[in-house]
Amino acid sequence: MSDTTQPVVEISGLHKSFGSLQVLRGVDLQVERGQVVCVIGPSGSGKSTLLRCVNLLEEPTSGSVVVNGVELTDPDCDIDAARVRIGMVFQSFNLFAHLSVLENLTVAQRKVLRRSKEQAEEVARRNLARVGLTDKEHAMPAQLSGGQQQRAAIARALSMDPEVMLFDEPTSALDPELVGDVLGVMRQLAEEGMTMLVVTHEMQFAREVADQVVFMDGGGIIEQGDPASVIGAPSHERTRTFLSRVLDPTHHGPSDPAV
Amino acid sequence: MSKRQRARLFRGIQYGILVVALLVLVLAADWDALGRAFFDPAVIANQFPEVMTVALVNTITYTAMGFAFALAFGLVIALMRLSSVGPYRWIATLYIEFFRGLPALLVFLALGVGVGYAFGLNLDRSLSIMLALGLVGGAYIAETIRAGIQAVPKGQVEAARSLGMSPARTMITVVIPQAFRIILPPLTNELILLTKDSSLAFILGSTLAQHELTQFARNALNTDRSLTPIVVAGFCYLMITLPLSYLSRRLERRFGKGARTGPGRE
Ligand SMILES: Nc1ncnc2c1ncn2[C@@H]1O[C@H](COP(=O)(O)OP(=O)(O)OP(=O)(O)O)[C@@H](O)[C@H]1O
Ligand SMILES: [Mg+2]
Repeated sequence: MSDTTQPVVEISGLHKSFGSLQVLRGVDLQVERGQVVCVIGPSGSGKSTLLRCVNLLEEPTSGSVVVNGVELTDPDCDIDAARVRIGMVFQSFNLFAHLSVLENLTVAQRKVLRRSKEQAEEVARRNLARVGLTDKEHAMPAQLSGGQQQRAAIARALSMDPEVMLFDEPTSALDPELVGDVLGVMRQLAEEGMTMLVVTHEMQFAREVADQVVFMDGGGIIEQGDPASVIGAPSHERTRTFLSRVLDPTHHGPSDPAV
Repeated sequence: MSKRQRARLFRGIQYGILVVALLVLVLAADWDALGRAFFDPAVIANQFPEVMTVALVNTITYTAMGFAFALAFGLVIALMRLSSVGPYRWIATLYIEFFRGLPALLVFLALGVGVGYAFGLNLDRSLSIMLALGLVGGAYIAETIRAGIQAVPKGQVEAARSLGMSPARTMITVVIPQAFRIILPPLTNELILLTKDSSLAFILGSTLAQHELTQFARNALNTDRSLTPIVVAGFCYLMITLPLSYLSRRLERRFGKGARTGPGRE
């Protein structure tokens, strides 16, 4: 399962439609072990859908998704078992509202991994320390700031010992002054060698942390490569248009196509 | 006259009408006769302690049994209503519409009398009451539970599934506990309704020891020829329902706000 030469995530020929709406039109993407891949692109281009297909929160219409050597798109695949090793962090945090921070981190360890209470709490506390929330273990989610909630959500995913972490715009719902804390945690994760697939609008983060940047538009990958080339010197017109709008939102001419 | 002056004048008139009405009532009413009719001490003395030790206890017992059954049954129907299997959904919908559309009295009659005639099997009286209250209450509770389950944000389910929880595990660990907080106030209201519906047990006939509050009062009416037994029974009902209604409002305030994660714009 943990073959070190094989990509952790291997997406090929991925199509996804909602009814008659084609959202993904044949996406191929690989994430190597220890790599950080950032996915950028305009709203509605299918970034979230792509990410959600990686742990099958969305069922692909066709194509295959292989994670840690397990083909998730195989109808016989035990998807619940496979998801344990795929951490997911949502834009809206989605901490369990009725559980304390510590319980949020232990509940799946205990119910899914069948760890003992002591072991689960030890793992949870270690991960809370990693994200700088040691003093918040007894707080309820509603008592935390957005940034703290998102860091707790990251710690919750980490507590399952994932082989890969998926992030869907983890900072988009945060007040600007809280974004840095979350990006800091993600940067540290990347430095520790975590394999990460990140949908983000934070170009600075992508430029500095990503090994590979993928630009999506209209349900397909338009270009991909190292951050310096995709963000620094994009070769496609659509990428340039998108980047100019994101990097300098107040100065884009009327010639830009509507989103 | 300014708007505010006019509003003040109208409020003054309303108070005036109230005062006059009260005065007329106080001066015209025959307080002795009223007192004897509603609060006849001799009749009250006759009622106690049985109205508490027998009738009130029976009302609470019938209601509790019916509610327990309604709760279990309502949960099953609610889950069927949300099932991905079409026929389950249809059966649940049919059931809910059917039992919400019938007078509870008819259900009591069917179980207590009709079943006996039709199949020659006489259901135990307590069982009939429990079934009748449970079947009717279950239909309402199923809708309450379904609404509660659907009110749990989708992100909570996605988070649970992405941690490897199965659909059933997600339901038990994440959805139902959160739905429970949402439905606690309406559930308390349902308990109040069932408390009142338990009075329909009279249709099944009962021995003295099986009388619940309404039947007990009805019996006393025949012997005492006074309104007092009804007042006493009413008072006993209120002893159950008023605290429940207070509890329901408290719960609503407590769980109604907050207790959500996320910025609520998923
Ligand atoms: N469950 C769904 N049912 C129907 N259409 C959907 C569903 N989810 C997404 N879509 C549509 O698919 C398209 C792509 O959505 P997606 O969320 O993947 O875009 P995105 O790139 O993540 O955009 P954003 O930057 O706004 O998050 C959109 O047009 C969206 O309306
Ligand atoms: Mg998105």
